[in-house]
Amino acid sequence: MVKFERFILDNGLKVLVHTDQSTPMAVVNVLYDVGARDEDEQQTGFAHLFEHLMFGGSVNIPDYDDPLQVAGGENNAYTTNDLTNYYCQLPSENLETAFWLESDRMLSLAFSKKSLDVQRKVVCEEFKEHYINKPYGDVWHTMRELAFKTHPYRWMTIGKELSHVENAQLEDVKRFFFKHYTPCNAILVVAGNVSTERVRELAEKWFGDIPSGEKYRRNLPVEPEQMEERRMTVHRKVPADAIYKTWHMCSRLDDDYYATDLLTDILGGGASSRLYQSLVKEQQLFTGINCYHFGSLDRGLLAIEGQLIKGVDIKKAEAAIEAELDKIRHELIDERELQKVQNKTESVMAFEDMSVMNRAGSLAFYELLGDGELMNTEFRKYQDVTVHDLNRIANAVLKPSNSNTLWYLAEN
Amino acid sequence: MPDRSKAPHIKDAIEYAIELKKPEIFSLDNGVKVYNVNAGTEEVVQIEWIFKAGNWYEKSNNIASATNFLIKNGTAKKSAYAINEYVDFYGAYVNRSCYNETAVVTLHCLSRQLESLLPLVQELFMEAIFPEEELHIFRQNMKQKLEVNLKKCDFVAGRKIDEILFGAKHPYGVYSKMSDYDALDVADLRKYYATYYQQGHCTIFSAGILPSNYPALMNGFFGSLPLNQLPIETVEHPVVPAEQKKWSIINDPEGVQGAVRIARPFPTRHHPDFPKVQVLNTLFGGFFGSRLMNNIREDKGYTYGIYSFLVNHIHGGAWMISTEAGRDVCGATVQEVYNEMQALREGDIDPEELLLVKNYLIGTLLGDLDGPFHIIARWKNLVLNGLDEQFFYHSVDTIKTISAEELKAMANKYLRPEEFYELVVV
Repeated sequence: MVKFERFILDNGLKVLVHTDQSTPMAVVNVLYDVGARDEDEQQTGFAHLFEHLMFGGSVNIPDYDDPLQVAGGENNAYTTNDLTNYYCQLPSENLETAFWLESDRMLSLAFSKKSLDVQRKVVCEEFKEHYINKPYGDVWHTMRELAFKTHPYRWMTIGKELSHVENAQLEDVKRFFFKHYTPCNAILVVAGNVSTERVRELAEKWFGDIPSGEKYRRNLPVEPEQMEERRMTVHRKVPADAIYKTWHMCSRLDDDYYATDLLTDILGGGASSRLYQSLVKEQQLFTGINCYHFGSLDRGLLAIEGQLIKGVDIKKAEAAIEAELDKIRHELIDERELQKVQNKTESVMAFEDMSVMNRAGSLAFYELLGDGELMNTEFRKYQDVTVHDLNRIANAVLKPSNSNTLWYLAEN
Repeated sequence: MPDRSKAPHIKDAIEYAIELKKPEIFSLDNGVKVYNVNAGTEEVVQIEWIFKAGNWYEKSNNIASATNFLIKNGTAKKSAYAINEYVDFYGAYVNRSCYNETAVVTLHCLSRQLESLLPLVQELFMEAIFPEEELHIFRQNMKQKLEVNLKKCDFVAGRKIDEILFGAKHPYGVYSKMSDYDALDVADLRKYYATYYQQGHCTIFSAGILPSNYPALMNGFFGSLPLNQLPIETVEHPVVPAEQKKWSIINDPEGVQGAVRIARPFPTRHHPDFPKVQVLNTLFGGFFGSRLMNNIREDKGYTYGIYSFLVNHIHGGAWMISTEAGRDVCGATVQEVYNEMQALREGDIDPEELLLVKNYLIGTLLGDLDGPFHIIARWKNLVLNGLDEQFFYHSVDTIKTISAEELKAMANKYLRPEEFYELVVV
């Protein structure tokens, strides 16, 4: 049970406080309601590039990292297709340093040309390291474009192409900042050895006078329902063939999310899952196979990816996946199997909540979903899922007309 | 309106007293020691069984890792599937990992499920059977994964630099080849299991919220196994470093980045310089605010990230710098690393920079001691390296008190380019 208090500043900044006096540390987590889905199609990779620029100095403070480190703190950040999250941890006596730093960069960045020049290069190296210079590195780039025709989930957070980041101009960067990095588009969570009174006082002092900004009204193109199976084959310099299949699924906020989540676990969540046991262990068609989903806030994807054993015919391998899908669509799942994945979910949630930093991040995320309290109540929704729900979801989602298949084949 | 140009007052992290919570220690009837930190906010448990069964003791390549991996792929009573299904049903995780000196089996579970899972773990240590078919699948899958990994410049560089530092036959320098997997045989695995697990040497580290009858519970399941009875085998492996200092390998002619590794041999934690060099390493390349990161990423943009670190093995170590840089700037990156070494040897470290590093290190340490899993991890490190909490407190003291002059002396002693090996893999 994660207890917290919530208040909202006049400028619209939501503040959540979670006290845990067993640690000498405090965590300050700022979530901005902006991700790669909010980017212009011609300027992709911005939300993520921005995450880098957030460390290049703010309007009154030339450098973010140094003063935090002097205060005994450390920090990091990440960007997804849906959101951007910044977090730092430091000894709780120095909590005000984090408020000073985070509020100044919410007020305004320094917008230094040098920082933009360097971070463009750094992001390009990140792009190369993760997506170009690795076998299978471009899979999700390709798959997203196949599966999404209108929704901005069709590009990855790193960007659609290197040139978008390479060509980013200071003016574009400023516009993006003042549109999204505002109190009314942010959630502040402070956790650890802190009191609500102290946090309220510091929040008023440091964030209170930042102009509210305009609430960003998200109006993204809706992905039309997919009516026909899509297939694509690429040839690349990789040692072995791989197959990737995706299906459109409900959003993270939908009641069906919980059944869908459990369904992916039954199919491909670990060593006793159906796909692993049947296709890796018994039929020995794949060296590895997984089923998972992206948990996106808009309607997203459920995925199966498998690496084929060399020499196995990809048609045969795909047919074996289809046979498992057929089974899960047509036969009711055993109660014990449902219980198993519910138990696993309970355990995953308990381990996730071990550290104050994770609890702070989760609170911010659930608050973005609508209510931080969901963190404490969500497991009940998993417990309510029945085998009939799973069957219904399997039939609604895992049907050929809703599927995208990518054959990723070794050249020669 | 606050004065935003002025930093709030801080308490220097070095003013904090740091305490490493002591574990409770008890012995099972067979002499197996259990270190336990009973604490936490969540009803969860982590238990690690650490055997002296790493690749230090194997007679041919990959026996130790294969034995460790396949220990949960079948017992006299249960198939691999039955084991996995059982573990998953209780929402638990049973993981294996094989290192150089040690091989580990780890259990993570909800506290209330512990009693259902301990019998299974016991079974793994008594009755694993290493089925032929499981080895066949393992061999096939590992070979293919190796083939994929060999396409990655960072993977190739990682194993090559170890070979350069320690020699291809030393357990720290040896690496897997396709033929090693082909040569694996269940008879060898079963023999390794009998010697190093069934009748091996084990130490247990646990943490989390544990039941009040925990010592009795552990003694019941593990106290009568024939562990820790035979004398500990002493095996020596000579270190044979490479003659050639500079290496350049083209692994992928079309690669757009190169993996850069620059490294020198370095003593173990028992050496008096170790705690001092830990501080120097942090300043040099050990954190995001380091000199290497500031210069090579934040100023030049050559890389997404660059780090230096001490490679800590039980019998010997290294000091290594590691990065992936744009292919055309690999040479410039290497040069900048040497420039930063020179700056540390010849220049004076600014007091502000030194205080920043000290505060950062102590702050991180405070954060790292948050929660039972982190605390037991510290103890595990100490115990396995034959150290005690004095080492920990001495390290903390060194961070708090070391001077710029001492760091400069360390730089002059160790950051000498002629003693470093240099490797670039594209």
